Amino acid sequence: MNGLEISDLGFSYGQKRALDGVSLSVEPGAFCALLGPNGAGKSTLFGLLTRLFTTREGTIRVAGHDIAREPRAALARMGVVFQQQTLDLDLSVRRNLTYFAALHGLGGREAASRIDAALEKLDMGERANERARDLNGGHRRRTEIARALIHKPSVLLLDEPTVGLDVASRTSIVEHVHGLAQDEGLTILWATHLTDEVRGGDRLVVLHRGRVLADGTAAAIAGGETLSDRFLALTEKAA
Amino acid sequence: MTGWLLALQAIVTREALRFVQQRGRFVAALVRPLVWLLVFAAGFRAALGLSIIPPYQTYITYEVYIVPGLCGMILLFNGMQGSLSLVYDREMGSMRLLLTSPLPRGWLLFCKLLGGTAISILQAYAFLAIAALFDIRMPAMGYVSVLPALLLAGLMLGALGLALSSFIRQLENFAGVMNFVIFPMFFLSSALYPLWKMAESSPLLRDICAVNPFTHAVEMIRFALYMRFEPLSIAVTLGATAGFLALALWGYDPARGMMTRKG
Repeated sequence: MNGLEISDLGFSYGQKRALDGVSLSVEPGAFCALLGPNGAGKSTLFGLLTRLFTTREGTIRVAGHDIAREPRAALARMGVVFQQQTLDLDLSVRRNLTYFAALHGLGGREAASRIDAALEKLDMGERANERARDLNGGHRRRTEIARALIHKPSVLLLDEPTVGLDVASRTSIVEHVHGLAQDEGLTILWATHLTDEVRGGDRLVVLHRGRVLADGTAAAIAGGETLSDRFLALTEKAA
Repeated sequence: MTGWLLALQAIVTREALRFVQQRGRFVAALVRPLVWLLVFAAGFRAALGLSIIPPYQTYITYEVYIVPGLCGMILLFNGMQGSLSLVYDREMGSMRLLLTSPLPRGWLLFCKLLGGTAISILQAYAFLAIAALFDIRMPAMGYVSVLPALLLAGLMLGALGLALSSFIRQLENFAGVMNFVIFPMFFLSSALYPLWKMAESSPLLRDICAVNPFTHAVEMIRFALYMRFEPLSIAVTLGATAGFLALALWGYDPARGMMTRKG
């Protein structure tokens, strides 16, 4: 399968259990929101997905590659937008992207044309030569999303990418990323604690205290209620 | 293979660009050894009598003696500065970006190390050039033969910085590195005084200096400046480089979970 498969994943920080038996799979081309309150284990899950650290409990397959056995193949098929800002603020947008392209073995004309295409996709083409420091928060985020697309990944992971952005920037980024799933067939895992970023038709996984509380389409999980109410009810009940 | 070289080029260029943007850092890195050379050494010149020891063939002034040690000081401070910027990178997230590249983690860390070392070497040469302006000169060919020694010493101290950066949890802990790594390493070495001089006051201190890898890095540089090859120093520096690199790789091993602390 070309999407993302996580099965029976567990992780502990010393005595503290951060993830416990987490399983989920995201079909190719699907937008999956990973919803959880602060401390639910989303960042730990992203750490494991991006191989910043590893675990012996469970498996992760990215585009069919087991991250424990074929880490390089798995990382090559994955684009990541971290929660923290990871641009070199004193470098231009283009230089930031060129640096990243080289980390993925892309250089010269090929890198340049892919960078142009990725920036265009995110409506950032005109800002290619601006210094990252001079961009507003929303544009910095778009730059990071464009950067994550340069190596044409099949799975895109975004860890709370709208934190600290104003409503307009948030809406626009949510829109763009949904478009990437629909139009480009990218598999998206979008971690958030904001229910208004999830659409009714999206795949939704609710994570709480390291466990999966619910898994299905957002509309089905919400039932007749608003997703926000349902989410609160689910997490309170589990607490 | 080209992908590996592209990454090397990109990482070294990034280090260079960051360095160019931080001119203050360049000036500070030069001022420190120059103060030692032009102020400290001038004061101590009369107090410290130096006998003729290899690689010197005539009596030398104290200023000439401490030049290799001050080159080492530049490499040491830069190695630690590199460690500081790695901890900063880790807190800021750009280390995460680097480590999600599909290239082997060891290679990425080595590229980072090489980038930092290249900048250290440039600074050491800038220092040697200024020292030459003040008439503290080495043999002309010495400036060429010292290059591999500066490279190896720079790699060793950079690798030490890399290893330390994987164990330092937060930027705030960096002051500890100054107190427990830089100062003892520098003062308990042959950078400022020859080992026989140290032995006169304390044989124990001399022995500590003799096992300090920084002493060997400085001696390797000293001999290389006079186109001499010091096998013991080179062997110890190589061994320490390998040891520190192994420690850094272990520190950044995903299974050990250095990054979990930010999780």
